[in-house]
Amino acid sequence: MEAWTQILQFLINALSLGGLYALMALGLALVYSILRLVNFAYGELVMVGGYTLLVVGQVANIPWLIVAAIAIFAAVVASVLLERIAFRPVRHASPNTMLITSFAVSALLQNAALLLISPRTKAVRIPSFFIENINLGGLLIAKSNIITMVVSLALLGLLTLFLTRTIMGSALRAAADDFVMTQLLGIRANQVIATAFAISGGLAGVVSLFWIGRSGSVVPHIGLTPVLIAFVALVIGGMGSLTGAVIGGYTLAFVTVTLNTLLPQGLLEFRQAFVFGIVILVLLFRPQGLISGMQSTERL
Amino acid sequence: MLKLDSVHVRYGSITALRGVSLHVDEGEIVGLIGVNGAGKSTTLMTVAGVLRPAEGSILFNGESIVGPQPEDIVRKGIALVPEERRIFPGLTVAENLKLGAAIRSDRVEVERDLEKMCSRFPVLADRLGQAAGTLSGGEQQQLAIARGLMSRPLLLMLDEPSLGLAPRLVDEIFELVVQLHETGVTILLVEQNVERALEISDRAYLLNTGLVEFEGAARELRERVDFASAYFGGID
Repeated sequence: MEAWTQILQFLINALSLGGLYALMALGLALVYSILRLVNFAYGELVMVGGYTLLVVGQVANIPWLIVAAIAIFAAVVASVLLERIAFRPVRHASPNTMLITSFAVSALLQNAALLLISPRTKAVRIPSFFIENINLGGLLIAKSNIITMVVSLALLGLLTLFLTRTIMGSALRAAADDFVMTQLLGIRANQVIATAFAISGGLAGVVSLFWIGRSGSVVPHIGLTPVLIAFVALVIGGMGSLTGAVIGGYTLAFVTVTLNTLLPQGLLEFRQAFVFGIVILVLLFRPQGLISGMQSTERL
Repeated sequence: MLKLDSVHVRYGSITALRGVSLHVDEGEIVGLIGVNGAGKSTTLMTVAGVLRPAEGSILFNGESIVGPQPEDIVRKGIALVPEERRIFPGLTVAENLKLGAAIRSDRVEVERDLEKMCSRFPVLADRLGQAAGTLSGGEQQQLAIARGLMSRPLLLMLDEPSLGLAPRLVDEIFELVVQLHETGVTILLVEQNVERALEISDRAYLLNTGLVEFEGAARELRERVDFASAYFGGID
């Protein structure tokens, strides 16, 4: 039974972390696939979700689910505003300009949180089920892992339905293939881009719930790790491919959990180094990523 | 229906169109012919709003279409089937067609049009669920045209529909254009294949390095010797 429980434990950890990483990567990939822009301010959308959880969570008697919904909504609004205010004016500028803009926005938001709320780590009220475990035949599984796994799969499923069954979803995928041609069919560029950013924000909001669920606290630079993970997952999955981003996320998670399990105690602190070492290896042999997306070099 | 007046288009320091004037009346097939680089695609892209004229005016049914975004110009009833087809490779044939009708809100009629496209283009009917990127060149061309038709345009602009196709397919495509014309669609056809284009057009313009060199009834243009030499030789 020992081996079985270990494998089950491994799978649950990997699938739950994988789901989380996949959502992170997808949020970044949606915007990238259409605009060819890596939105480094994406991490700050996670931060916005986190601080909303903090602030709204401090108001007594609001059920946590409502607080969570508000946090996700805040991230969506922040993302749409970000696009409208910071990115739309430079949409036709050089790729470098857009990249610098995303860094600038990222720095701006982090410092805003630092100045307006606090530079220190703040504990966030999380519901008890995030800390509880359940007992499955002798195996202790964190409830949060199950929830992460289920929620991420459900979201991925919903998103797939949206992208394949709705006109807006088809328009988003078409825009990723050939943006100008979507315009030539009369589809409104601004609507498509705003929708992509909105969904991206929603994903960041969900990510913030689970990310903070793991650490129990929020800090201005909380978005750094998620955006880095998302970016790496995006790259190894194949840039421009939404499926690739999801696969990249799960792959990265599996590698991380594997190393967690296999690395000897002394080397555990270098786990991240090993993870990224493997990423480098993957890219050396397959620079286009695991899934070659339909690479269109043409931007807007 | 469409009227260009002295349109100049520049790419940086290069002037691609140096004062192009042409018009397309309702119900016509007008051919825009010329060699590579003459400015034919530039003309269509400018009408569609992807490019902006530096000077000159473009009127569609009396309304100026210089300035708005392509998506707004297209909604006035213009469809462009661009050079290189530009179907969405990652989407299925059916999805490509449905996006062609994205600006329409009459879902029932759109479904009917989809069926009509399937009967007119049986090759597409067979491949509705297939990724459009897996289609052959000729099939993609048919998909691009069908997609353009899904919006029920008043004016259909075709950019080199026969480019890169085998001779038999070229025949089919030109036949298709004639059939479309017979259903009442106004067509502006850009072509390098002068002979074929003149065969099916009512009128034609010969574009040479950004200017209209010859214009007139297709029938007449075909007979003119100097027309042929201008096409092959360039300005003296």
